[in-house]
Amino acid sequence: MKIVIASGKGGTGKTTLAVNLAVALADHESVGLLDCDVEEPNCHLYLKPSFEALEPVGTAIPVIDKETCTSCGLCARACEFHALVALPGAPLLLPELCHACGVCTYVCPERAISEIDREIGRIGDGEVGSLYFRWGRLHVGEARSTPVIRAVKDLSQAPAIDTCIIDAPPGVACPAVETLRGADFAVLVTEPTPFGLHDLKLAVETVRMMDIPFGVVINRAGIGDSRVDTFCRQESIPVLLEIPDSRPIAEACSRGDVFSATDAPFASLLRTFASDLRMRVGNIETHQVVAP
Amino acid sequence: MTSAVVESARAQVDTESAPRQLVVLSGKGGTGKTSLVAALAALTTDKVLADCDVDAADLHLVLDPVRRHRESFVSGKEARIAPERCSACGLCQKYCRFEAVHLTRQSDGESVFMVDPIACEGCGLCMRVCPSGAVDMVEAERGEWFISDTRHGPLIHARLNIGGENSGKLVTLVRNQASALAAKVGADLVLVDGPPGIGCPVIASVTGAHLVLAITEPTVSGAHDLERAAQLVQGFHLPLAVCINKTDLNPHMAGCIRQICAAHDIPVAGELSYDTAVVRAQVEGKSIVEYGGSVVAEQIREMWDVLERLLRTVEA
Repeated sequence: MKIVIASGKGGTGKTTLAVNLAVALADHESVGLLDCDVEEPNCHLYLKPSFEALEPVGTAIPVIDKETCTSCGLCARACEFHALVALPGAPLLLPELCHACGVCTYVCPERAISEIDREIGRIGDGEVGSLYFRWGRLHVGEARSTPVIRAVKDLSQAPAIDTCIIDAPPGVACPAVETLRGADFAVLVTEPTPFGLHDLKLAVETVRMMDIPFGVVINRAGIGDSRVDTFCRQESIPVLLEIPDSRPIAEACSRGDVFSATDAPFASLLRTFASDLRMRVGNIETHQVVAP
Repeated sequence: MTSAVVESARAQVDTESAPRQLVVLSGKGGTGKTSLVAALAALTTDKVLADCDVDAADLHLVLDPVRRHRESFVSGKEARIAPERCSACGLCQKYCRFEAVHLTRQSDGESVFMVDPIACEGCGLCMRVCPSGAVDMVEAERGEWFISDTRHGPLIHARLNIGGENSGKLVTLVRNQASALAAKVGADLVLVDGPPGIGCPVIASVTGAHLVLAITEPTVSGAHDLERAAQLVQGFHLPLAVCINKTDLNPHMAGCIRQICAAHDIPVAGELSYDTAVVRAQVEGKSIVEYGGSVVAEQIREMWDVLERLLRTVEA
């Protein structure tokens, strides 16, 4: 099963929760942790894996054979992203605008276009303690992160895993949606503040649109006001966990500490949350199998 | 007398030249971009505000804008399959590289090919491969944008539809509208609230900036993400300054960030204390400067003096 840790607002504690949840669950089953925030990946700062993100991730770009190209300009006209500019001679490619859709290759009457991979990021994977960890990193200056996110989510070469915890990028634009696609459950992390509530509503709208069951975790409970609670009650959204606002927790996170495996005061709360969540998502899956 | 002439000449140049753009971004989300922009909005006069975090815009929650103008953001296309013309051959699904075409079971039990508008990138390959001409490419409305009035000046803001493509284009639109409005009303500053990350909306936000202020926090994640954001900004040869928020949370990490800044020749424009008053101000719909009695407000005032000097240096 795949559980995505997401949030509309950035900095609400997605990574902290994802890492600690994965570590807590790994005591009982095989767990994978996938860091899909490939623009600003942070899980590795907590887990400190011995491996780097080394394997290249590419996106296809067209290569035009100048010998065969008749400069007809069909490819440039067909490209919806203006990544090809018709010029006398072969068209000019603007690689950062290319979406790798394959239209130019398809429309070329001379079959002068083939495709090669252009590296836009790297991924790495391996064991960290009892966890399987997989992460990706978009190269700085690259605009489109979704191909790297897809590569992180591709577990075809990974060992067998019972439960996957996926750390999502913030927001509700295409990188977050790409991460959420195919999830069995989403945990939406928020703060009890006006910004937290506003962005939570966007995240709720997103997971409802994608038909993904979800619950909310309120981080830094006690700061701000009670409007997030009220919203969740009115919308019948389960509040799965409230993490109290605490300077020691904030300081532990600032150092990149993983505390769910320790005897820190907050650790047992997290372990209970982990087993409750596991049961909740398990029940949803069973229910889906039984229901037609 | 001479200096007055120089001053007036300078003023003339300033109003004629393009307004200065200060872009606040962070790499890591939730470090305090929007709270800082709201505070700077309260401190400065003669500026236009732009919220470029178009998929989770929050600046309006503090500024309480009154909308003056609304426009749809139409950008690119999306595919629609007309079921009456579809022969269900499945070629569109086979060719689509974005897994946007699905065989979907209808309530009447029939299965039809449909396009998932969130996954569709609008390339049109399905329309080209369809032997029955069943795919239409329609203009895609991907959000909306607004011109509003606030107590701290005009605000250009936007809302990207969920899963929206082309967020970079909407960001560029917001930025350009803000610049145009600033030129029109004679404002000499555009204050931009940027998105988190380093991807397309961030690249679109910093393009053309006179000064970028990256706000970070003294955490391992904050330091890591700042380095990547700095690499992006400096890669575009744009002037960059750093603000360390919650600097006393972890003095050791704050020191690491100062070292990173020194190593990359980035000035630290200011450091702000960890202060729960920032959240209390947000709850009341105020910026921290308007909330009063906070040490952070004073620190932001001091930082603004530094930023103004940096902006002048950039102009020179």
